[in-house]
Amino acid sequence: MKANVHVTLKRGVLDPQGKAIGHALQSLGFDGVDDVRQGKFIELELAETDQDAARAAVEAMCQKLLANTVIEDYRIDFVG
Amino acid sequence: MKAAVIVFPGSNCDRDVSVALEHATGHKPAMVWHRDSDLPQVDLIVVPGGFSYGDYLRSGAMAAQSPVMREVVARAKSGTRVLGICNGFQILTEAKLLPGALMRNAGLKFLCRTVDLRVENADSAFTAGYAKDQLIRLPVAHHDGNYFADADTLARIEDNGMVAFRYVTPDGAIDASGNPNGSANAVAGLFNEGRTVLGLMPHPERAAEPLHGNTDGKPLLDGLVEALS
Repeated sequence: MKANVHVTLKRGVLDPQGKAIGHALQSLGFDGVDDVRQGKFIELELAETDQDAARAAVEAMCQKLLANTVIEDYRIDFVG
Repeated sequence: MKAAVIVFPGSNCDRDVSVALEHATGHKPAMVWHRDSDLPQVDLIVVPGGFSYGDYLRSGAMAAQSPVMREVVARAKSGTRVLGICNGFQILTEAKLLPGALMRNAGLKFLCRTVDLRVENADSAFTAGYAKDQLIRLPVAHHDGNYFADADTLARIEDNGMVAFRYVTPDGAIDASGNPNGSANAVAGLFNEGRTVLGLMPHPERAAEPLHGNTDGKPLLDGLVEALS
């Protein structure tokens, strides 16, 4: 089973890299981008076949290492 | 005072701080490799600066999970003094020994220069060599030094006198021009609640000898030796 983990800065935490990307897009002529938030994308190949058990395991991975929950939120999606 | 310096792959201030400790105490500190879980009995554990594990994932995130850090956390909880400098500060926040997090500098650039600081709390083993409100200058060299904590945590930090050093202007004022990386409340150095753990972004070990051109970091080391010997 494959899990995709998206880690982004929490709403309300200033994302200077996202802001710089937004400015760069604007200077390239891409108008209408109101906000940019950048983050990390992590793919996990899991031996576990039960989705509930896999979700619990990936939750624990996010809490312990993959995200710093002081500043980051995470989202877990299962594919395949 | 017996000291140990933790060495991770990618640490690069371990030997600088070892020399500074040797000059302050008269003997070499123990250098402890990150895979070792047996840490000698010491009065002070230093988590040095550098780029442990190449700053993969987040600065300090991998090092915080290393075997030796489990022991460092246990020792810190039993009262052993722990000093984290630069990457060491990042590691201590990732290991939850200190609240908050260190994010990318607000200006996005790596900062390498000397900054002005104000000693906010001289009532600790780490800062006893300074006077409260003393202005000092120390070098910084970091990309992720932008201290962040939520409003409740910042209130708790301030209420408990946990700010050790703040970034200031040369005349001691707290404003945006004196804050090099956008840190919340201009936090440059932070204690835990018991003031037995200190993390700071500036490098006292790089300002500890006349040859460095600046000795403002020396009172931090000398104060520790006096308090812990």
